[in-house]
Amino acid sequence: MPGLEDLYREIILDHYRNPRNRGELPVPPAHRVEGYNPLCGDEIVVYLDVRDGVVEDIRISGQGCSISQSAASMMSSAVKGRSVDQVRELSRAFKAMMSIHESSLEGDAEPAAEFDEAALGDLAALRGVVKFPVRIKCATLAWNTLAQGLDELDA
Amino acid sequence: MAMTGTDRLDAAAVKRDFPLLLKAELHGRPIVYLDSAATSQKPRAVLDAMDRYYESVNANVHRGVYQIAEEATNQMERAREAVRAFIGAETAREVVFTKNATESLNLVAQSWGRANLSPGDAVVLTHMEHHANIVPWQMLAAERDLELRWIPLDAEGRLDLTDLDRLLDGARVLAVTAMSNVLGTITPVQQLTAAAHDAGALAVVDACQYVPHVPTDVGSMGADLIAFSGHKMCGPTGVGVLWGREELLEAMPPFLGGGEMIRDVRLDGFTPNELPWKFEAGTPPIAEIIGLGAAVAYLQGIGMVAVRRHEIELTGYALRTLTERFGDDITIHGPPDPHERGGVLSFSFRDLHPHDISQVLDQHAVCVRAGHHCAKPLMRVLGVGATARASLYLYNDEADVDALADALASAADFFLA
Repeated sequence: MPGLEDLYREIILDHYRNPRNRGELPVPPAHRVEGYNPLCGDEIVVYLDVRDGVVEDIRISGQGCSISQSAASMMSSAVKGRSVDQVRELSRAFKAMMSIHESSLEGDAEPAAEFDEAALGDLAALRGVVKFPVRIKCATLAWNTLAQGLDELDA
Repeated sequence: MAMTGTDRLDAAAVKRDFPLLLKAELHGRPIVYLDSAATSQKPRAVLDAMDRYYESVNANVHRGVYQIAEEATNQMERAREAVRAFIGAETAREVVFTKNATESLNLVAQSWGRANLSPGDAVVLTHMEHHANIVPWQMLAAERDLELRWIPLDAEGRLDLTDLDRLLDGARVLAVTAMSNVLGTITPVQQLTAAAHDAGALAVVDACQYVPHVPTDVGSMGADLIAFSGHKMCGPTGVGVLWGREELLEAMPPFLGGGEMIRDVRLDGFTPNELPWKFEAGTPPIAEIIGLGAAVAYLQGIGMVAVRRHEIELTGYALRTLTERFGDDITIHGPPDPHERGGVLSFSFRDLHPHDISQVLDQHAVCVRAGHHCAKPLMRVLGVGATARASLYLYNDEADVDALADALASAADFFLA
């Protein structure tokens, strides 16, 4: 039986109480993208300043639970200053970590995909979320929104 | 069965009628179920009635001449009669079984609405409606170019009727909840339906949260059409009701087409069946309807006056307990007087997100709903993204409220210590 401490690691609560890169960026030049979790009403707005293939700046606004807010805060710290390619790689690693539970539910003992925990840094603290399946969407909301923003910039 | 035969209800005895409340455990603790506004638990009598049906008379209705087919039909129609009596309808022809209240409201919009509404016609709704009483009208509005008007709320979550006459002026439909699924507010249905009729508008009432909790007499509510669900009133999922005035239902075209709803089908057209089957296309949820009949019998055995009285007392206890223990840390939305509301307590707690609150509550085996409660326009009016919601029913008692308060204190310790 997973306990609350598996879900709410101290570093998660720290990002929740002191969110990094909170705010907005002027649009343009920044790109603005919104994400929603229709089940719980969480909303997130990601402002992306991408220049020459690098995420020069990022800001997050919106409202949501501690998991969605801290995941967004950690994500903003992790992607700022990285190349878009690196960000997409990080996004894949994070999604892989979040998909482990789904495969174990299906009786598959092996992880669904490899992920590099070291590359994830603080984000690895969110791995306990997979023990609480209804909260996985909270953790992935910011990443899905970011991915949508990057796709829109590519288009 | 817990039958008190008075206007008093013994919640501990009632609880023993509900197998899940006796047996189910969460994290090694007995379950504290405070989410009856989402769906109620089911008493043994309902489960048994459905089992008996499947074990002894399962057959399709209104078709076979063999004995169990006739018995299945009889049981289903007896359930319709039980529902008729429960809501004080004049005839069982006015009791249409649907999938749920949502389908009932879609039936109204699609059948009555498409037959009667033209571009520019106005439909009046309120800011406290459930999506089920908003989206069907928005869909029709997009198709027919209708105007939607909205009755606002006052600061305590009642309908603000200051501009009611102006909003209803020239309107064709008023569709309003009888009890908010978020605020618990009981709306002045008689006043609203009378005002709608004075303005020449159809009066539609979403009674999904009302019928399970308050003695209901459809005649005195004054509405033309009333929708509610079985699963919120101790019945199974998969069955709901649309009540309508007989002559109105008579005049409405069918909604879904298929078997059961026809009297005759030719290559060049069809003749619809008589009421209520005209609106019941396809094989109905027979076991569920029989289960709903048993639920209604169960509630009548307890007595709806006793149910309402119990919920007023328990809601008052919950309001007092939560405000005394948490003071300004807790904001409970909706009217403060339990006589004006049902046992639906939506609250904000400090700046904690409802998901985080309900996660901690789950660890204490306390089941509450967190989210927008299918009322996003209302969430925007309240200025919140979501709320946590504890909702009470006949099987809840003061110990359940105390468990909620203890779990909330624990959530505060965990996040805010």
